[in-house]
Formats: sequence, structure tokens, C-alpha cells
Amino acid sequence: MRNPIADRVEELKPSGIRKFFDIVSEMKDAISLGVGEPDFDTPWHIRDEGIYSLEKGRTFYTSNAGLKELRTEISKYIDRRGIAKYDPLKEVLVTVGGSEAIDLALRAMLNQDDEVIIPEPSYVSYVPCTIMAGGKPVVIDLKAKNEFRLTAEELEAAITPKSKVLILPFPNNPTGAIMERSDLEAIAKVIEKHDLFVVSDEIYSELSYKEEHVSIASLPGMRERTILINGFSKAFAMTGWRLGYCCGPEIIITQMTKLHQFCIMCAPTTSQYAAVEALKHGDADVAEMKEAYNQRRRFLMNEFKKMSLPCFEPYGAFYVFPDISEFGMTSDEFATELLKEEKVAVVPGTAFGASGEGFVRISYAYSIENLKIALDRINTFIQKRRNGKTS
Amino acid sequence: MNYTRLLNDETERVKFMDKKELRMKILKNIEHEARVNIGELAVRLGVEETDIANEMSEMENEGIICGFLTLIDWDKTDSQTVTALIEVRCTPQRGQGFDTVAERIYKYPEVNSVYLISGGFDLLVTLEGKTLQEIATFVTDKLSAQESILSCATHFILRRYKDHGTILTRKYTDERQLITP
Repeated sequence: MRNPIADRVEELKPSGIRKFFDIVSEMKDAISLGVGEPDFDTPWHIRDEGIYSLEKGRTFYTSNAGLKELRTEISKYIDRRGIAKYDPLKEVLVTVGGSEAIDLALRAMLNQDDEVIIPEPSYVSYVPCTIMAGGKPVVIDLKAKNEFRLTAEELEAAITPKSKVLILPFPNNPTGAIMERSDLEAIAKVIEKHDLFVVSDEIYSELSYKEEHVSIASLPGMRERTILINGFSKAFAMTGWRLGYCCGPEIIITQMTKLHQFCIMCAPTTSQYAAVEALKHGDADVAEMKEAYNQRRRFLMNEFKKMSLPCFEPYGAFYVFPDISEFGMTSDEFATELLKEEKVAVVPGTAFGASGEGFVRISYAYSIENLKIALDRINTFIQKRRNGKTS
Repeated sequence: MNYTRLLNDETERVKFMDKKELRMKILKNIEHEARVNIGELAVRLGVEETDIANEMSEMENEGIICGFLTLIDWDKTDSQTVTALIEVRCTPQRGQGFDTVAERIYKYPEVNSVYLISGGFDLLVTLEGKTLQEIATFVTDKLSAQESILSCATHFILRRYKDHGTILTRKYTDERQLITP
């Protein structure tokens, strides 16, 4: 029999997270700090709206680009956040999570062998989506000394005549890094100079703890070359509803909508009705969850300080990315040993790119009580290593 | 006066918090977590421990913080207490409104709470007793017997689903996948 699998699919490396997941799920009574989704339930009024839409029998398809009412609310929300004005009928597309939007954007924009600049450590799908779209991933290894921000010099150095798209994943998973206005202004110049397009994955935009998040689309000249990706998963604790969206210039959104129409048809209707409620009346919920995350973030940073575990202070998302290189282990070894010895699951930094080596991702989408127990165990683990009493 | 603390050396430009905001944050936290350690709370809010201690004692003096209670689901213990909600209709007193009537009621230690209510009746009284009989006696002897009280309607609580913002019938379990990207 012939090989049923396409070469380029077979050649795709499986996600580093998958491997670790298999080890963790074998382990009973492990405490996990490895989750990339909120610990809050979706606020009840949003869930209730979803249930109501089912009761009303709204079980049909919506238009391909999404409910008009939802697109209007998205457009208003983006405007309210001071980012930009988007025409809800032509410049907004509702997708199945932010993930679909990433895939669509790359497939809509890439010709064979066009290069996509991907700063890492970052979310696991950018490289495979680029490859599947026929593009070539060009990775920039972000530096801890820059707090894992992307600098203009780094970007400039990665550009070739084939460069077409820059992925901008901030606030960042897994590092928690953000890009402030001045950081964005610096790279915007490079983007304009080399006529690049930006896929800005801002799924964690509401979870920014320093100043309000700044979108690159809000900078002069950037709106026309940016696909802004966001969604409901992180801000409204709606991961399981699978709902995201993107905004951008009509010329790109139209083509993305065409792809979306052929492969997805439309995003889940129930989720779309719930999302309308989220955007209309969910601001207070977002603020409350953000405050809780911020308290945990400060708590964690303080605990790391007590343990003398080096970690730059992250101002976004719900992750911290401590430096574990002093222990003479790879990230993978550290995470594996920690899991075996102390039954705490963290994710090796290398799951998010080679430049994550020497770091682990710790999520604070957990209650303070949970974090306390886990940190105690991590402390035991590292003190043992420091005292040279490794087993 | 502003409160702030630089968390990680000089790196955090914490937004300055004014007294009002700090108080709100303290209250929101201790409302559901009365036992929180002040040092820990200071870290979580990004302020100095002394600021929290000062604000808390000020708020106690001002009567904003009235006590630190424990939320108990008595139904899960051997205790057989019953709780009643009593709707009281009464005649307001000249110059004092309902204050005098309310005072006469709230002074009984078995009375848990007394609220002045808009709508079909005037005062809502919650009351705890060992038995149904005890409550019945209280209503007839102590409440209805008062001159200014016109009528009482007593409702017994059969089951507590949620109290003080806490769902009592369900415990949170984390059903998320252990590792997700």
C-alpha cells in the first residue's frame, strides 16, 4: 500500500507539549501548573445567553463571517479600546478560536516559499501553520535580557527579500512578555520600510498588567498591513466555546472569509450568541478576573524572589517564565524530574521554541491555595539541587 | 496620599493607587478571605504591609469593617438549628420612623439581621432558633405582642443553596486538561 500520509504532514514535528502531556496524564495526584486556559468558569450571564439561544432554537448556521450583531459588537469593542475602526461588514471575521484565524491569515497571504518571521518562544502553531501554507518559517530567538520583547535590530536582521509576514505574539504565551508603545513604534518603522504584513495575535490583550495593552494596529500606517487576531477564550474565560475573530483590511479579510467558508462554514452559533452578551455586558467580569490574575502574578514573583529563582517580571497573559539554567539541566529534564520527584507539572520552555531552553513555563491560572502548594514543592526541589543532594 | 511599592527592584512602574482604591481592594479581598495574611495581601496588591494594616484598623474604627465572620454550613453539622425569615408590618413612630421598632427587635440576641424593606411589608427579620417551636414562641410572644407591630409572616429556610456569595451545594473541581498549550 502507498503511504497514505502527505510528506509535509509527516515531516511536521509533533508539539513538544503533547509528549509531556502523556507523561503527566499517567501520573496520579500530580499538581499541574501547566494549563494554558483560565481557571474561571465563563461568567454565568454569558453562559445563560448561550443556553437561551439553544432554547430559542437558534441551531442554524450563521452567515459565513459570523452574526452581524456579533461583528458589530466586535467592531465597537475594538474602537472602544482605542485601536482602530473596522467596518463590521467587510473587515471583521468570526472564527473558531484565534487558532483558526492564524491559519487563515497565513494561508490567505503566503505564496510558495514566502518567509514568515516568527519570534520565539511563542505559541506552538505558528511554525506548522506557516509550513502548511507553503511558507518558510524564519525564527527570531527572543532574549531574556530584553524581557523577551522583539527589538527592531532583531527584526531587521531576520529580513530577506522573501520576507512577507511578521507574527507578533504579544502579550506572549509562554513568556508573559508584552510590547509597549515605544517597542512597537520601533518595529513599525522596520515593518513599513520592508513592506511587511503583520499577523498580530493579541488573544491575551485584556491581560496586560502595566499599562493598557497597545495594539500595533493603532499605530500610524499599521492598520492597513495588520491582521489583528483576538478572541473570547482568555478575556472571558471561554476557551471551550471555540470563538475568536480577526479584523483587518478588506482585501485580506475577504480572502480569509472565502477560505473560512470552504473549510468551516461558520463559527458555532451558540457561542456567537453568548459572545454578543460577553461584549455587551462583560467588561466588569474581565476587570475582576484580571485583578485576580494580577494578584497571583505578584504573589508568584515574590515567591520566586524568596527562592532566589531568577525571573524577569512578566506583565502579560497568565504565565511566568523563570530561568532554571543554574541547575545544569535542560528544560525538559527539569520539568521531568520535577514531575517525578515532587509531582508538579510545568511546561518545558523548549515546547515553545529552541530559545525556551533554560526556562520553564508556569501558569498562574490557578487559585492562590493551589499555587502555594505547588511552589512549596518547587522550592523543595530546587533547594535539594542547590544543596547537592540530588538522588 | 498614594501607596505603591516597587516589586522587583526598580522595574515595576506600578500605577499609583489612591486611598479609595486601596480600601476597595482590601475590602474585596477580605470579604471572602477574612483569614488572609496581611503580608501576603500586601504582596498581592503591590503595596506596603503597613499601609494595609493602617487602612484596616482605620476602617475598623470607622465601622466599615464590622467583624470577621466564618461562613458555616450548619446543615452539614449535627446542629439542629432552624432559621426563619419574618416579614414584619408595623406602624412607624412619629419622628423616628421605623428605628425604634427595629431597635426593639434587633436587641434580641437570637435575631440575626433586621432590614428595612421597600414593598408590601416593612421589616425583614432573620432569626435563628433551636426548634420550630422556639421560633413560634418568639414570634407570638416577642414580636406580635409589640404594640406597633401589625402583622408577621414567618418563612422557614429549608435548604441553603448559596450564602454570602458562596455556593454551598457544590465544591469546585478542576476538570481542565492537565497540560494545554
